[in-house]
Amino acid sequence: MFASILFFIFSFLILASALLVITSKNPVNSVIFLIFSFFNAAGIFLIAGAEFLALIMLIVYVGAVAVLFLFVVMMLDLNFEELNKKTNFVKTGIITSGILIAEMIVLFVYYPEEQSFIINKNNKLNSLTNTEIIGSKIYTEHFYHFQIAGLILLVAMIGAIVLTLRHRDNVRRQDISSQVSRDQEKNVELKDITFEETE
Amino acid sequence: MEYILSILFIFLQSFLVIFAVLMMAYLGIYGERKLWAAVQLRRGPNIVGPFGLLQPVADFLKLLLKEPIIPDKANKVIFIMAPLVTCFVALSAWAVVPFAENWVVADINVGILYIFAISSLGVYGIILGGWASNSKYPFMGAMRSAAQMVSYEVSIGFVIITVLLCVGSLNLTDIVLAQKKIWFFIPLFPMFIIFFVSALAETNRPPFDLPEAEAELVAGYQVEYSSSFFLLYFLGELAATFLMCAMITILFLGGWLPPLDIYPLNAIPGVVWFMLKVAFIFFMFGMVKALVPRYRYDQLMRLGWKVFLPISLFWVVLTASVLFIFDLAP
Repeated sequence: MFASILFFIFSFLILASALLVITSKNPVNSVIFLIFSFFNAAGIFLIAGAEFLALIMLIVYVGAVAVLFLFVVMMLDLNFEELNKKTNFVKTGIITSGILIAEMIVLFVYYPEEQSFIINKNNKLNSLTNTEIIGSKIYTEHFYHFQIAGLILLVAMIGAIVLTLRHRDNVRRQDISSQVSRDQEKNVELKDITFEETE
Repeated sequence: MEYILSILFIFLQSFLVIFAVLMMAYLGIYGERKLWAAVQLRRGPNIVGPFGLLQPVADFLKLLLKEPIIPDKANKVIFIMAPLVTCFVALSAWAVVPFAENWVVADINVGILYIFAISSLGVYGIILGGWASNSKYPFMGAMRSAAQMVSYEVSIGFVIITVLLCVGSLNLTDIVLAQKKIWFFIPLFPMFIIFFVSALAETNRPPFDLPEAEAELVAGYQVEYSSSFFLLYFLGELAATFLMCAMITILFLGGWLPPLDIYPLNAIPGVVWFMLKVAFIFFMFGMVKALVPRYRYDQLMRLGWKVFLPISLFWVVLTASVLFIFDLAP
């Protein structure tokens, strides 16, 4: 009862804030609403008893991804008049969201029962915490998927670095080890200077 | 009826924890100022109250009674929200901190993840405040803070993973109880140092207080903040600092456990040990501020990404291998 009321509150807030993300005029407000919807998604995970997923959601999305989003959006030099014009992304948006909804319907209607995502309440795994369940599932049964996901992320990361890495020659870089290893003998030279006698 | 009573009980516990944190902040300000004064051969606060003990109260009242000034061109909602976020986040993390055995408001399974998640939210207060002020110095401070806190979270995460490998549980009480034989700062000493330094960077403490470096940015993200909004930032930062002290205590110094499990030491209640350890770490933080000059920004980034990240990554692998080979894993 209490849980279902909370569920409706959270899901209403997710939808409302998601709507505000795309309708806000100011991109910074959009990001703030995005963060708010992440929070509510974490709340829904908590209601479902998936405390590990809820906190990972907070750490990864709110604590890292959205911070960088906000960081980038704040640094953009925005032309607000340009932003207020209507954009032509409506068609693309409808098509993508249609595909996503169709996928979800297929998943829920035709997915075989024995591979259901929902953990069976009478399962013997239920005595473990869900952190332990996730760990034991990922690192044993789904080990290869886990590795492939890791590789894909690695490739994406290397790609991002390669795309943005530019070596400029006129930058003066600090080499700490050479600075520290300087000593008197190498860097100070004593010379005898002869003075010319003046009359 | 029982339900309402249990909710009231949780409220009472939360108020007690908040009161304890605020008292810590109060004594922390006073102690830190006295400490820096002693390092610099000054007297420190000594006018208000006996030994200047009421000085923080006087400062608090002064800040409360001043007029809050909101810049004309600021984004007002976010401007007011930002210090509230800082303070709220810093205080809410204390809900899972065990002060002694069973002395905890919420003993949740994933306590350490909760603290990690909540402390990573602290950056929002700073970044939003800096942006909403609509002024150059606060904005620069906010940018620095965002980059800095995200960078050091990475190494903090790896340090936490090494500790978790030795414990086998995400519950804070379990982490403390796993240190009955030996406190983790002995086998994981390099991780202890990395965590200590990263904690300084994560809470914007000197020598990493670049978001508010007064020599370059006047006061960084707080430039436009006055009176009670400033007070909220100040309190939030202190609460976050004490949270980091408590985290170091729990992860490395055995939480509420006495140093040796022998008679006169284990008769002292756990909460006393816990507070003593927190106070010790806070003293170390204060000494760092008194003794170490501020880092340059590129040095800070270098330290985080090129020194701490590889070392902590290596130690995760090393710890896991050692635990696996010698069959010590819990």
